[in-house]
Amino acid sequence: MTLKMPEPKPDILARRAEIVAALRAIVPGEGVIDDLDGRRAYESDALTAYRQIPLVVVLPDTKEQVAAILVWCRDAGVRVVPRGSGTSLSGGALPLEDGVLLGLSKLNRILEIDYDDRVAIVQPGVTNLAITRAVEDRGFYYAPDPSSQIACSIGGNVAENSGGVHCLKYGLTTNNVLAVELVTIDGEIVRIGGRALDPGGLDLLGLIVGSEGLLGVVTEVTVRLLATPETAKALLMGFATVQGAGQAVAEIIAAGIIPAGMEMMDRPAIHCAEAFVRVGYPLDVDALLIVELDGPEAECTYLADEVAAIARRNGATTLRASRDEQERVAFWAGRKAAFPATGQLAPDYYCMDGTIPRRRLPEVLQRMDRMSDDFGLKVANVFHAGDGNLHPLILYDANIPGQLERAEAFGSAILRLCVEVGGVLTGEHGVGVEKRDLMPEMFSENDLAQQQRVKCAFDPDLLLNPGKVFPTLHRCAELGRVHVHRGQVPHPDLPRF
Amino acid sequence: MCVHRPNDEQALGALISDAAAAGRKLELRAGGSKAQIGWRAGIADIVDMSAFAGIVDYDPAELVLTVRPATPLAEVEALVAADRQMLGFEPFDHGPIFGAQSGHATIGGVIAAGVAGSARPFRGGARDHLLGFRAISGRGEAFVGGAEVVKNVTGYDLPKIIAGSWGRLAALTELTVKVLPVPRETSSFAVVGLDPGRAYRAMARVQGSTADVSGAAFIPMQAGAPSRTVFRLQGARPSIDARTETLRAALADFGATDEIDGDVWETMRTLAPLREQAVLWRVSLPPKSFAAFVERLDRPWLADWGGGLVWLGGGDAEPVRGAAELLDGKAMLIRGGGAPTFHPQPAMLARLEERVRRAFDPAGIFETGRFDAH
Repeated sequence: MTLKMPEPKPDILARRAEIVAALRAIVPGEGVIDDLDGRRAYESDALTAYRQIPLVVVLPDTKEQVAAILVWCRDAGVRVVPRGSGTSLSGGALPLEDGVLLGLSKLNRILEIDYDDRVAIVQPGVTNLAITRAVEDRGFYYAPDPSSQIACSIGGNVAENSGGVHCLKYGLTTNNVLAVELVTIDGEIVRIGGRALDPGGLDLLGLIVGSEGLLGVVTEVTVRLLATPETAKALLMGFATVQGAGQAVAEIIAAGIIPAGMEMMDRPAIHCAEAFVRVGYPLDVDALLIVELDGPEAECTYLADEVAAIARRNGATTLRASRDEQERVAFWAGRKAAFPATGQLAPDYYCMDGTIPRRRLPEVLQRMDRMSDDFGLKVANVFHAGDGNLHPLILYDANIPGQLERAEAFGSAILRLCVEVGGVLTGEHGVGVEKRDLMPEMFSENDLAQQQRVKCAFDPDLLLNPGKVFPTLHRCAELGRVHVHRGQVPHPDLPRF
Repeated sequence: MCVHRPNDEQALGALISDAAAAGRKLELRAGGSKAQIGWRAGIADIVDMSAFAGIVDYDPAELVLTVRPATPLAEVEALVAADRQMLGFEPFDHGPIFGAQSGHATIGGVIAAGVAGSARPFRGGARDHLLGFRAISGRGEAFVGGAEVVKNVTGYDLPKIIAGSWGRLAALTELTVKVLPVPRETSSFAVVGLDPGRAYRAMARVQGSTADVSGAAFIPMQAGAPSRTVFRLQGARPSIDARTETLRAALADFGATDEIDGDVWETMRTLAPLREQAVLWRVSLPPKSFAAFVERLDRPWLADWGGGLVWLGGGDAEPVRGAAELLDGKAMLIRGGGAPTFHPQPAMLARLEERVRRAFDPAGIFETGRFDAH
């Protein structure tokens, strides 16, 4: 592991038995996992390159227990790592050797569904898909659909501000959550947000969503429900060049069409996916575009004709429109299988998540090609073309010494490129530990110091999920005092963990 | 009290640093269209932000616009309209509410005040459309939040907390907003004669259908004219036609659905029927609470956002805020009234907010007394 995490506190490690006993007093029964095998199950999330067995795992049943755990940990100076389903791709739930792993999986009930006001109140351990499953009979759904939606929890979605293929039209988690109940490190249970929109006062809810478990622990989430569109229609279009596909995307948007989903795959990704699921993707193209339209049948048909005309104008060599639901699902099957499909080319893949201005796509892909040669690792690209969110999949073999490190270095180079062309380090997977040390590529010391001061307003002792998001975590008292001038760090000797 | 006009970020940073060191207060102002909201404690110097104006970058295909905050809203709207785009949160202009001309509002002002129009429940508010910003904090330091692309989760989502912060965290010097295509066509519809309770049911029924409205509002009975429950459909013509059928079916139990002209949305934007009211409240509610709320207060009002927003003319703070409180709503005082602007927060939340404000503005130089709770 090349990642440096905060130095474990020896006194905390020495007090493990006492900490376990204290947690058992708060959460009776099997809610405290102390044995090594049990703890090992929590050693990583979906970013499996990094592993750490936690000090102890605690799985509370109630928000009162969550509050009691946090207060006890605060008083004892023990670090806490919150965890939902452990599907983070950025290591947001990577445990700490001296930290309590606080799992929210037992808080898994849907508390209320209000069809009139179209909201659901759920506990954080409820899975993303379970919300839709609970309301779909009545013609509703929860819009954000990260690809891990069958497993990922809504609490984790709130922590990461998760997206999905439909977020160009329907937004990220932050645009679909109305309120949370937050337990602070002081054990206070606070309701933030509500069913009333823009009520005045600071939008603390907007700050909590996407804060990656560094500000508090969410114990309840109020989400918006939407009416399920009547129909959805997908178009599958092959282009001889990435430029042609990119120009088609720009013209679709310029025509005033915001598709429900708009996905692009490059040649390696197309070939991989087709070999894996055989859904009839064209193999003689450099870019494949899937455009999904949803709404009334009449709208889908009308706009599909316009999209097809735009695609033809921009040199689409193949063009198919789904005739029924089965065919629509088939069009998506290859895209959805793109990640596991890379298993045919290499045993491991490393999924990146930068966003770029869409117009820079051809240039970014060309430069990535050259990097692929330099690093000696293949890369396949899937791209949320509507919003510029790029997922390069770097293919490597962890059993070959040095390949993981090269994959990491390649990934970092890609993300630096994203920032260089005016984009960002992460579009939907979060910073976590993965992009933590790249944050200075995008933010100055001043910018990061300002974000850290927000952290300090919630968690002055830096006990919640330390080692994530911030490359250097300054002590709060220092941040309050110190002015950073012209990018000069006041204490260059302060350890970067 | 004096007025400062910093010309660039450096001068603004120096002004703020000096104020922090000297314990002075600063009130940020651009168009001044909302200057009458809140107490006028008179303890702050005014920072005239008008030098921070102009378009920085606009790329219609990327759906992104970067602009300086003191740019007039009218100029921004004209620019994007030329490319058949719009600000999705439909900001309105507070000028006419205060008897001033419209057109003085700035893009920074509507973002800082979190102003959103009739499409708010359907397309999101100012918070949902602010992607990134540059600003000077209360420490006098330049910093950025968010970015200039539509999808980003890198670091804390500071744009969310800057939108609607009323100049109490930092002085914006540049902002990036998401823009959306203007819907190709718009049709509006009304059902007449419903009481508030039935109107809520009708609006809830429609919003739970696939009619996919971008407006649902209620204008109560006045001067003998019956009440109107109004809906807006936008999009391509074949889509509107199909959804009109869905809308009519959803409203079948409530009476005839007639197509009307779109003036009603202008009424919701200018609040013309409430113009004579010395006191104006903006009450944000769970839509479900709407009928119970308006029935408690015998005052003129208008409802938007499917019942989630009530503009109330007149009424003392105690009964208005009491009724809102009881129904999980919040009443913000916009005009007159002699009460604090914001609905009081529960103590725990107020403390948390205070700590967050100090994280941006440790010396409290942006705490001008304008929004004090007393």
